[in-house]
This record gives sequence, structure tokens and C-alpha cells, in this order.
Amino acid sequence: MYKFLAQRNNLIGWMLASPLFIVLVLFLILPIIMIVIVSFWGATEFSIYPAFQWDNYEFLFSSSVTYSVFLKTFMYAFITWVITLILGFTIAYYLAFHIKSLTWQIALFLLCTIPFWTSNIIRMISWIPFLGRNGIANETLIGLGLISEPVEWLLFSDFAVILAFVHLYTLFMVVPIFNTMMRIDHSLLEAARDAGANGFQTLVNVIIPLCKPGIMIGSIFVVTLVMGDFITVRFMSGSQSANVGRLISNDVGLLQYPSASATAVVLLLTVLITIGIMLRFVNIRKEL
Amino acid sequence: MTTENNKKGLSRRSLLKGTAATAGAAIGSGAITGFPTIWAQNIKNVTLRQFGTGVSNLNDVAVKVKEDLGFTLEMTALDSDSVTQRAATQPKSFDIADIEYWICKKVWPTGNLQAMDVSKIKNYDKIAGTFTSGKLTPTSEIAQGTAPHTVGFTDSVNGKEFAKEQTGWMTLIPTIYNADTLGIRPDLINRPIDTWAELLNPEFKGKASILDISSIGIMDMAMVVEAMGDYKYGDKGNMTKEEIDMTFKIFTEAKQAGQFRAFWKSFDESVNLMASGEVVIQSMWSPAITAVRSKGIPCVYQPLKEGYRSWGGGLGLSANLSGIELEAAYEYINWYLSGWVGGYLMRQGYYSAVPETSKNFMSEDEWGFWYEGKPAQGDIVNPQGVVMEKAGAVRDGGSFIDRMGAVACWNSVMDENQYMVRKWNEFIAA
Repeated sequence: MYKFLAQRNNLIGWMLASPLFIVLVLFLILPIIMIVIVSFWGATEFSIYPAFQWDNYEFLFSSSVTYSVFLKTFMYAFITWVITLILGFTIAYYLAFHIKSLTWQIALFLLCTIPFWTSNIIRMISWIPFLGRNGIANETLIGLGLISEPVEWLLFSDFAVILAFVHLYTLFMVVPIFNTMMRIDHSLLEAARDAGANGFQTLVNVIIPLCKPGIMIGSIFVVTLVMGDFITVRFMSGSQSANVGRLISNDVGLLQYPSASATAVVLLLTVLITIGIMLRFVNIRKEL
Repeated sequence: MTTENNKKGLSRRSLLKGTAATAGAAIGSGAITGFPTIWAQNIKNVTLRQFGTGVSNLNDVAVKVKEDLGFTLEMTALDSDSVTQRAATQPKSFDIADIEYWICKKVWPTGNLQAMDVSKIKNYDKIAGTFTSGKLTPTSEIAQGTAPHTVGFTDSVNGKEFAKEQTGWMTLIPTIYNADTLGIRPDLINRPIDTWAELLNPEFKGKASILDISSIGIMDMAMVVEAMGDYKYGDKGNMTKEEIDMTFKIFTEAKQAGQFRAFWKSFDESVNLMASGEVVIQSMWSPAITAVRSKGIPCVYQPLKEGYRSWGGGLGLSANLSGIELEAAYEYINWYLSGWVGGYLMRQGYYSAVPETSKNFMSEDEWGFWYEGKPAQGDIVNPQGVVMEKAGAVRDGGSFIDRMGAVACWNSVMDENQYMVRKWNEFIAA
């Protein structure tokens, strides 16, 4: 009887998991397999043909541009990660520990999500007139007498790209960190204080370790989003810088699907390795 | 190809019901002789799906087609790369491809388009010489690059190779073309500009731009390099690998020195860059100039001594078109060349492939201003009725013959195109 029940539960478990399994196989696993296959194909100006050749990878790894573009992608990801982490942690900390009423916590949290009510392209493009040579930022600075000539690097620069990334993705850091902070038992903080810890020591020894899973989830969001992006880099750099996403999008635009696939495969592996390394530091499963 | 009864505005459901009833009646009467006879298609039920770049995919044209010819034209506007991609990879997604000649060179070998029988084109003999013999006037020289006539003809309806002569089978029916040059902001430059070399002049550091479409951008680059006087290409439109390397070296150095403010890919981006003053000199397209000017901001399509970089576009038929849809497509193309669209395009600063028919749809003053390069007698308005030029103004670059006669090269697809494209990618990433 017991055995039968266990078997039945097992079966139900499988059945419950199968819709997600089928969706993932159809829309994630199969397309990725297809991309891997196409990455070995050849291409002419206007068509692709099945083959098994390493040409696409060979070209990718032999071009110095690939390395500089990957480096740039990592640079964007790293700087954006640092800034969003500091911002996200601070905002979440303020919401979780300084706002005492739950109503206000919810109200202020919703306030953070307001920018997400519009599309991220619009949020990004709205920076362009603001940061331009004759834009609001420059005119204000000149009006205040802080600068005499318009500052050129505000727009169409790495600064603009990272600014847009931070604007777009900080919330992805705030949400998981806020979530883990809300679950911290306040008696732990009292215990820390009773044991003689000052505010900073409590932060470092109690709060941050307990927030690790949230920090890690937020970091994975930000890093993968930034590394996979291409449109932000294109618009905010005025098409002047490239990350891996733009390399792929240029290839697709020029009908070079196999070469785009090869780049995509390398990018996918890079991102997986990066996440693998990040997960070494925190065991999300154990600590959730 | 879709067929819908647009006139009566029937819903899909009632249409299906009607169809079922008709089919039932047909079976009952034993009159099953094939679907088309029962369906009794009439040209008014035809819908043709056209896609192309923004320049000529105009909603006004679709409205006028419905009015004049009765059938429905659905338009989709995309950027040049997406157009190429779609023509090459999704042949079933369109009936008419409104593409440029260099795109035609790329996609024709896929067999997704069918050639057109010129005997069915009423105004064929009036098409400008540029598209047929390659010579604007009998004494003109043929410019470098992918000149339209070199990819304009093929041997038969299913021909895959381009023919050197006029064969009676056209790959594209030419519709629109222009001579492009640099756009400048005269109010921010304050001195005459007369050569392509100015694009890389350090004076405009951080205020120049070039377009990020490789087949077009490389030609602008070639014009600049040649104008700087250091190098003369054997054929700008078909560079060797060494020439490609050399060209990109010059531009990469300029890019790294901060010469460019941005690169643009779509028409609107170029308008915004210029209108906001981010850029004072850049590659530009004619209607972008008028768009900047209609905001009250001075902008000149500057004629340069080295000549123009020219481009041409035309309509191609999907290989999937047949029967009544094919007839409708021919009717559409004949209508296109009959003058109304030509007049419309000329008022935007483009040229019509059959100028003389367009003349009937333009006022004498408009014709004088746009085509003959004469000073405007009264206000010149664009097709939407916005005043573009006051009386006395003269078109930048002058008359049709002055402008199209000074074409130095055409937008091109080179033998070394794949190499060039990779180099272009490197240039953007550099």
C-alpha cells in the first residue's frame, strides 16, 4: 500500500512537471541545439548551407575584434554590476530596515517599479535629448556656470551606455535583495546589538551573509541581461561601440547566420561559465 | 497572397459562411470544376503585399492604388539590412519587393524574384537611360559601382544570371533614384564646403557622422578617401582586399581620434543628429534634409566637386506570384510609372524613373524647381502641403542633368563583399 502511494506520487510529480518540461524542450533546448548546429554551417551572401566546418569559430577566435568586444562586454557587465549592487543594496536596506510601516514599504517599493511601466527602449531613448550637446543636462550646467562648453562625453559614450544599463536594471537587484532582507528575523539584529556589535558590524556579519542569495540572484539577472544586450549599446553609444550582442545582430542583419550562431554559442558558454563561477560563492538552493 | 472582400467589409465569419454555402450549392448542382471559377475572383479582391525601405513605402501610394486600381496594397517599411534579409529568406512573406539595385544583386541569385516581361510595361521606352543603357545622355560616362543597368536585366523569366544587354526581361522595374551627397548645417559651419574630404576634417571633430549600412557607407568612405587625394581606386564599387584595408585604416584612425559623434542606421536617426546639432556634417538622404529644414533649421544637401554617390530602387515581383495576382502586379507597376507616384516622389526630392509622365502631375513651377533646377516662382510645398522653399530658392545641386550627370559611383555589392562586411564590423567595434 505504501509502495503504491509512493509510486502514485512519483507519477503525479512527473505529470505536474511535464508541461514545463515540454515547454522548455520546445522553446529553449531545441532552439539552442539548432543554434549549435547552424554554427557549423557555411554561408554565402544570401543563403546558408549545411556543412560541418570550424570556419566560423576559426574566424571568431582569430580576430582581435572578438577579444576586444568580449572584453568590452565584460567591462559593461562588471561596472554595471558594481553600481547596481551598491544602489540596489542601499535602496533595499532603506526599505527593509528604515521604513517601519508595511504600508509605506509597499508604497515605496511600488514607486521603484514606476519606470517599468513604459518599455525599456523608451526609457533608454529618453536619455538622448537629455544628455545631448544642447540637451537639458548641458544647458543646466552651463546655466549654473559650472562649465562653459557643453560636455561631450555625456552622450554617445561608454558613460551613456552604463548610465542606461544602471537605469534599466537596478530594480532587478533591488527586488531579490529586498525579498531576502524582509525575511531576516529582527530578533537576530537585536541579538547582535545585545552581543555588542555596532551598526557596521551587524551589517557585515549578520545582514550581508543573510542577503547573499538575494544578492546572487540579482547579480545573475544583471550580468546576464547586460551581457545579452545589444540595443542599449547601439543607441547610447551612437553605434560607436560594440558588445557581443551587437556583433551577433550585425551578422544577422548581413545574413551571416552561421557566424552569428557561432558567436552566440561562445557568448552562451561565457555567460554559463560566469554564472557557474558566481554560484561557487553562494549555494542559492541551500540558503533560499 | 491573400484575397479578401474588402469592399463590402465582410467579417471572416460571414465570408466563411458564404463560402460554405456557395461550396454546398456548387456540390449540389454538380458544378465542381475547380475553385477559382466558383470563387470568381475579381481583381478588386486582390491584396498585394509590398515591403521595402521607408523611402518609397508611402501610405499615400496605398490609398491612391485603392482609389485608382481598386485593389489593396499592404506596405511594410524596414531598414535596408532587414529588407535584404526578408527578400532572401522569406520569399512567401511578400508579393512585391521594393528594393535597391545593390540589394537586387545580393538576392536575385536566390530565385525568390521573377523577371518582368518589358513588353507588358507600357512606358518601358520612356524609362531614363540610366536604367536601360546605363547612360543618362548618349555622351554620359557610366559611374563606378553597382550601376542599375548592370543588374537590371536577365535572360528569361526564371533567369539567374544578370544580362549585359537589354534583354526584354527586367529584374526590377526602376521607380526611384537620387544622387546623394553630404548634408551640412551651414549655420554651424559658416564657410563653404565643396569636397567629400571635409568629412574627416579635424575641424569637425566630434561633429561628423557616417551611416552604418556597409554597402552604402563604404562608398561614402571611398569618396572621402579619393577626395583627400592620397589614393585613386581602380573601381570604388569593386575594391580589392588591400583597398578595403586601406580605406578602413583611414576611417578607424579618424574614429579613434574622436572624429565621429555617432553612426546612424535609420533615416530618423540622421534627422535627429542633424536637427539637434550633435552633428554638423554627415552622410544623409534627401528627404532627411527636407525633414530638418521643415523644422526651420537650416540644412544643405551640399553638392561636392567630386560628384555624387547615387542609388536606385525598383519593384521586383515575388517568384510565387501567378494568375490574377501577377496581372494585378503588372497593372500596379504600369500605374506606378504612369506619373502620379513619380510626381509625388519628385516633390520629396527624389527622381522618377519615367520623368516625362511625372511632369503631368506637377505644376510648371514644381517641375522647374525640382527637375530643371530653376528658381522657384512661388512657395514650393511637399506632398503633405508643408512649405519647403520660398519663392526664389534654387534646388541644391541644380537640375536633373546637373545632378544625375555628376554621379561618381553607385551603392555597391563588391566581389569581396564578405570580407568588406567583416571589416565593417571591426570598424564599428574598433
